[in-house]
Order: sequence, then structure tokens, then C-alpha cells
Amino acid sequence: MIPTVLIASMVVFFAVRLIPGDIIDIMSEEMGTFTELDRQAIEEMLGLDVPVFAQFGRWLGVARLADGTFKGIFQGNLGESLWGQGSVIKLIGKRWPVTLELGLLGLAMSQIIALPIGIWSVLRQNKFGDYFGRSLATLFISLPNFWVGTMVIVFPSIWWGYMPPIMHVKFSEDPLGNLVMFVIPGFILGMALCGTTMRLTRGMMLEVMRQDYIRTAWSKGLRERNVVVRHALKNAFIPVITLVGLQVPILVGGTVIIEQIFSLPGMGRLLINAIAQRDYPIVSGMLVVVAVAMVLINLLIDLIYAFLDPRIRYS
Amino acid sequence: MAMRDSIELEKPAKRTGFRVFLRRLVREKPLGTLGGVVTILLLLVGIFANVLAPYGENELIPDARLLPPSSEHWFGTDNLGRDILSRVIYGARISVIVGLSVSFLTTLFATFIGVITGYVGGALDLIVQRVVDAFMCFPGILLLLLILSITGPGIVQIIIVLSALWGITHSRIIRSAVIGIKENVYVSAAESIGCSTTRVLYRHIVPNIMAPAIVLMSTRVPLAIINEASLSFLGFGIPPPTPSWGGMLSGQGRMYMIEAPWMAFWPGLALAVVVFGVNMFGDAVRDLLDPRLRGGAGSYRQPTKKLN
Repeated sequence: MIPTVLIASMVVFFAVRLIPGDIIDIMSEEMGTFTELDRQAIEEMLGLDVPVFAQFGRWLGVARLADGTFKGIFQGNLGESLWGQGSVIKLIGKRWPVTLELGLLGLAMSQIIALPIGIWSVLRQNKFGDYFGRSLATLFISLPNFWVGTMVIVFPSIWWGYMPPIMHVKFSEDPLGNLVMFVIPGFILGMALCGTTMRLTRGMMLEVMRQDYIRTAWSKGLRERNVVVRHALKNAFIPVITLVGLQVPILVGGTVIIEQIFSLPGMGRLLINAIAQRDYPIVSGMLVVVAVAMVLINLLIDLIYAFLDPRIRYS
Repeated sequence: MAMRDSIELEKPAKRTGFRVFLRRLVREKPLGTLGGVVTILLLLVGIFANVLAPYGENELIPDARLLPPSSEHWFGTDNLGRDILSRVIYGARISVIVGLSVSFLTTLFATFIGVITGYVGGALDLIVQRVVDAFMCFPGILLLLLILSITGPGIVQIIIVLSALWGITHSRIIRSAVIGIKENVYVSAAESIGCSTTRVLYRHIVPNIMAPAIVLMSTRVPLAIINEASLSFLGFGIPPPTPSWGGMLSGQGRMYMIEAPWMAFWPGLALAVVVFGVNMFGDAVRDLLDPRLRGGAGSYRQPTKKLN
């Protein structure tokens, strides 16, 4: 786990510096041309004057900064924005609740749509309901979220003069307004995920419904609802949880696009702006935070397994 | 005479194999058939774009800015006076190129990395797997945004970056298949009679991982198309004058979306229909080719009469 994160952070740290046109070029574009002397002064001020490996060491917190102190990841510091927007941790701290809320809503929406359809299509296997549900799920995977997002803004406004709220409202100030604002983006985000979840639920339910203990449950004379919910679903659900873990990256990727369409001030927009401005610490800091979050989420999912399935035990 | 007989016997047998497949596709998978039709249409439109399109991809038509759909311009025109139908048709060509080349190259890279690390194992495998882990812990699109800003936008760049990245992450699928096959007796037999590593890989390992490789390839086609569109939408993919479906939805398409919604509507609809069709077709073909999922006797709740 630790080598993974270390390699990942190395990749992003060096990759972001490979983008053609460094920050000084962008600055000189905005403020008029610099002389070679100015360039050196700015590089020194931003700490870009030392070789890139030394910069990496400083960023990790194993090499001294110019003033002789250690201030890096190991000291719990992700550096400062090169454009003077303040510390990277604070910037991310401001943005992540938006992304998290969007992601959680998307996940919830995908489960709300996918689970009932998946179960329904098993109970009505190879009948109309099954085909309908399955094609609906594939349709949802196929709809490009940036197109649906645009259409959801365009058509209501043309037909009824209604615009979905795209001004950001803080949850702490107006919980209801905040939820209303997030519901549509969350639904669009969830659409892309529910297809796979539905297919897996259907596949697992098909397998479980063939087991002996389900036949026993039927022959005891239990109602369909009890057989499905208490005997089948519980056992079919474990791989679905794995899938949720696998979907987190897709979810985070989707938030980048959704944030762009609905102008939500989340991490995705921070990243796109930082790439455009060559704000190296923000880009590498954010990607490392995301990578660590991914690894932790996967760990969490493994722990949830053990909780759901008593046969799995970690020593 | 005998030879002739055998030739005549062989031919119909081959043909019925394909015919049986087609018949089963049409009978058992109506939606898959529809998807197949969409896929073939996409291919044809992509290949014959210059014949089908009424106007050039970047042809500016005088006095035809922001016209709504009409009999003259079926899908309307954009803010520069270009015919949207023609641009959507040329966009199909981009999608075909990206979809096919990315899926092929991804499978090639993934097979190469997966076969070597899976077969050789040891320290090489350990190191490569940690790198694969590192790439897998980023959401794909974030890394793509970063790498594409290094390479710059463009169709060649997007094909190479997408397939290299996916090749690395999906090599894991091939690797696990290889590890399973490596344990077979025929591999040890080949090794013990002194076959070279290349020969073992080429003759005994690679033919046996064709199934997962083909599945990988077929599932990458719609994903490649939709990823290219998303990246172009964000401005990191194929740059503007080229009519990519994703690119047509971004920038100008969004700027004029209230005034001229057709500018954003048609490319997105084309994208949705194509991705839906290719997905459905891929699923159907996979179901029909996979013996475990094959309908008929022995499969769950399947009436035996479907066996023919």
C-alpha cells in the first residue's frame, strides 16, 4: 500500500512538471515579458530553482527548504499554491465537501435505480420486465453524462423557462436548497454506474436463487418477499459491494465533468484550473490526496466484507 | 471424385456456422441485433463520410449562421455557418478510428505486459505490479487530463495515451489468465522438451488467453468512444476544427446552447445511440460465444426447445 502511494505521488510530481510551457511562461504571458533576471528571481521565490529531484525531496519532507526547515508530506504539508492562493491543504479542504456530496449522491442514486431493477429482472427472468430493465440499464451507461447534463439545462429553460439552480448554496446555510441543487447532477452521475451494478446484481441473484437453501426457503412456504430479501439478497450483495469499490474511480472521474457542467466548486474544477495555470503543488497535492483516498476506500470495503460475510476473517 | 465430395461437404458446414450464429442473434437477442445494425451503420457512415455528407466538414455556408433544422440543413447549422449533419457524419469517422484503434492497441499492450509479467513472475512481476497498482489508484480521467496536457491535444495523442494507460491497467486481467494457464501440464511438457520461452509463450500461452483478450477488446470500443468524447468536451481531446462529437458539445456548442440547442443536441444523440448500439451488440455476441452462458439444454430455466 505504501509503495503504491509513493510511486503514484512520484508519477504525478514529475508528470505535472513535464507539461510544456512552465508557470513562468504563463506568468509572463499574463504580466508582459520577463527578463532572464526576473525569471531567476521568480524561480527562486517559488522554490523552482533547485533540480527537480531536490524539489521532490522538499515536497516529501525529506530535504531542507531554502530556510533550512522541513515542510513536506511527512510533516503533513502539501505546499503552497504557486499563484498565491494559499496552502494546498486548505484549498482542498474547501473543495472536497462538494465533490464528496456529489459522489455520495451519485452512488446512492445508482443503487436506488439499479438494485430494484436487478432484483425485478431476476424474478421475471426472460420476460418483458427483464428485457426492459436490462436495456434501460445499458441505455443509462451509454448516455454521455456531459450531454445529458447540457440537455437538462437547455430544454427545460426553452420549454418552460426553468433553469436548474446552478448557483452554489452551502449545505450549512440552506440544507434543502443545497440538496435540490445536487439532486440532478447526482442523478446524472449515478446513471453511468447503475448499469454495471444492475447487471452484477442480476447475475449474482440468478446464481443465489438456484441454491439449495433458497429451495428450502420456498418449500417452507415463505413469501416471495422474505425469500428474496432475507435469504437471497443478503448473499448476493457481497460482490455488489466490491463493485462499489471498483466504481469509486469512475465516480470521481464523473464528478470532474459534472462539476464543469453545473459550475460546482469541487475538486475537479480546481484540478482543471490548476493544470491550466501550471500550479504544480495543487495538481500533485490533489492527485495524491485522491490516490490515498482510493486506497483507504478499498481498505474500508475489505473491512465491510468481513462484517457482512462471517466466513471471511482477517487475521 | 472423393476430393470433390469432401470439398462440397465442407463449404455448407462453414456457412451454417455463421448462419446459425446470425439466426440465434436475431431470435434470441433482438436488442443485440439492433445494436449490430447500429454498429454496421456506424462503420459504413465512418468509412463513406465524404460521400454521405452533403457539405464539407469545415465548409462555411454563406448566410447560414445558426439556422434551425430544416429540409435544407436537416440538423441545422452552427454559429460559423457549418452544416451540423455533415459534421456529425464526419464525427462518426473520428469515433470509428478512435474506437477501433484504442481497443486494438489496448489489447495489444495489455497482452504484452500481462503475458510477460505473468509468465516470468518473480521480481519483475512484483515491480511491474506495483507500478500497475500506482496507475490504478487514480481515477482514469484525472490521469488522462494530466498526461494529455503534457502531450497536447490531438487524435494521435489521444489514441496513444488512452491505449497506453488502459494497456497498463488492464494487463492485470491478462496476467491472471496467464498465471492460471502456466500451471497446466502441457506448458511444463513444452518447457521440459526444451522449447524456447518465445515458443512457449507464442504457441501455448497466447492462444489460450484469446478469450479474455477478445472480451477486453470488445468492451473497450464503446468506452474508448465515450472517453474520447468526454476528453474533447473538457478541451483536452481533439482540438476544435476537427468535428469530434464531444468537441462539438463543448465550447461553441455550450455558448449557444440556449439560442441554438440543435448544435449540442445532435452530436450527443449520435454518441448515445452509437455507444448504446455497440454495447448491446458486444454483450449479445459475448453471450452467444460464451459456452457457459449459451442458451439451451442445461442452462437455468431455459426451455429446451431453443436448442437447434
